[in-house]
Amino acid sequence: MVQVKSMIEWQPVILSIKVASISVIFVFLFGVLAAYVMKMVDIPGKAVLESLFTLPLVLPPVVIGFLLLFLVGKRGPVGILLTKYFDMQIIFTQSAAVLAGTVVSFPLMYQSIKTAFEGIDKALEDASRTLGANEWRVFWTVTMPLSWSGLVSGLVLSFARTLGEFGATIMVAGNILGKTQTIPLAIYFATESNDLVTAGMYVVIISVITFSIIFGLNYWKGKKVLV
Amino acid sequence: MLTVDIKKKLSNFNLNISFTIPNKTLVLFGPSGCGKTTILRCIAGLLKPDEGTIVSNETIFYSSKTATDLPARTRNVSYMFQDFALFPHMNVKHNIWYGVKTHNQQANELYEKLIILLKIEHLPHRTIKDLSGGEKQRIAMVRALMAEPKILLLDEPLSALDSQSRYELQDELKHLQTIWNIPFILVTHSPEEAQALGDKVVFIDQGQQVAEPPPSWNINIYGKKIRRFFL
Repeated sequence: MVQVKSMIEWQPVILSIKVASISVIFVFLFGVLAAYVMKMVDIPGKAVLESLFTLPLVLPPVVIGFLLLFLVGKRGPVGILLTKYFDMQIIFTQSAAVLAGTVVSFPLMYQSIKTAFEGIDKALEDASRTLGANEWRVFWTVTMPLSWSGLVSGLVLSFARTLGEFGATIMVAGNILGKTQTIPLAIYFATESNDLVTAGMYVVIISVITFSIIFGLNYWKGKKVLV
Repeated sequence: MLTVDIKKKLSNFNLNISFTIPNKTLVLFGPSGCGKTTILRCIAGLLKPDEGTIVSNETIFYSSKTATDLPARTRNVSYMFQDFALFPHMNVKHNIWYGVKTHNQQANELYEKLIILLKIEHLPHRTIKDLSGGEKQRIAMVRALMAEPKILLLDEPLSALDSQSRYELQDELKHLQTIWNIPFILVTHSPEEAQALGDKVVFIDQGQQVAEPPPSWNINIYGKKIRRFFL
C-alpha cells in the first residue's frame, strides 16, 4: 500500500501553517491599531487612509507582490536600509512570505475589527469614562471585549487568506522547496510538472484545512447566537 | 454647588444655558431635542461647549477663558444614561464595582448598604440581559453611586419603566438625594416627573432657558399640567 506520507512533501504544509500563523499576529496588531486610530482620531485625509487600508483587498495579488518587491528588493528603499543597518535581506526568505501574507490579509482583519468597533454602543464607552476610566481602560475593558466576535472572524479569515496566498508570495518569496514553497506554490509547480497526483493531494489538504477553519468559525458563531 | 453657564452651537439652534444648583435636585424640562441631554454631556465632560464655564464647588470643569477642559474621568460626575448603559459582558457585581477607585472596607460597606437600599441583594451574579428594566435602573443607580460622585446626572431615568416601577423609583431617587446630599440633575420631558422630583425646574425651549413654560406645553411654572378652558 502506498503511504500518503511518502507521496508528498509535508514541508509546504508545515510552512504554510507557520507563515499564516505568524502573519496573523502582525495582522492582528496592525489591524487593531489602524481600526482604533480611525475610530478615535479625526484627521484630514482619513478617506485616503481608509482607501489605502482596503486597497490590498481589490488589487491583484501579483500587483501587491510587485510593489513589495519594489520596496524590499535589494535595490528598494527598505531593502537598502535592511542591508545597510542590519546586513540582511528578506527577499526570497520566509520573512518575505510572512510579509506578503500580512499585506494581502490586512484588509480582512481591518474591516472585521472596524465593523466590530462601530457596532459598540457609544454610551457604554461614555459610561466607562464617567466612571473614571482612562482611554486605555475603556479600550481593554469595554471596546475589546465587546468586539471579540469581530476579532475572531478577522483572525480566522486572515489566516485562511494567507494560507491560500500565491501571487504576492511568489513575487517576493519565490518558490524554494523547504524554505518558501507554500501549499499554493507547490500545487502550481506540481501541476506545471504534470504531477497531478501531488497537486491533487495538496488541493485536498488545503481545502480540508480551510473548510475546517471556516466551519469552526460558523459553528462557534452559531452557538453564540443560540446561547 | 454646581454653576453652569455655557453656549454651544447645535445643528438646529444655539444652546444658551445658565443656572446654579446647590445640593438639591434640578430638573431640566423640555421637549425632545431641545438640548437637555447636550447640557448633561457638557457637565459630564463628554462634550465640549463652545464657550462659558462649568464650576463644581471650586473646581473648574470647563472654562473657555482659561482654556480648561477637565476630562470626564477626573470630574467625579456620575451619569445615568437613558438606556442604563450597563456593560453586557460583565455581571451585575462587576458592573457595580467598575467605577470604584479603591477596593477597601469602606467600599465594601457602601456596596452592602446600597444593594440593600435599592433592593438588589439577590442580583450580584446575574447577567445583565436577564434583568427587567426596573432592576437595570437600580443597578445603574448603584453603579453610579459606588463611584462616590460629587454630582449625579440622570438622563430620563424612568422613561423606560412601567408606571409601577416609575413611582417606586421616584421615591427612591428623592430619598437617595437626601442621603447623598449632592446635586442631582435630572432630564425629563414628563411634567409629572418634573413636579415629583425637582426642587428647582429649568424650562428649556430650543436650547434657550425660558422663565415660564410656553403655553403650548400646557404646564405651569411648577411643572404641573394645566387645563385650558375654551370660553
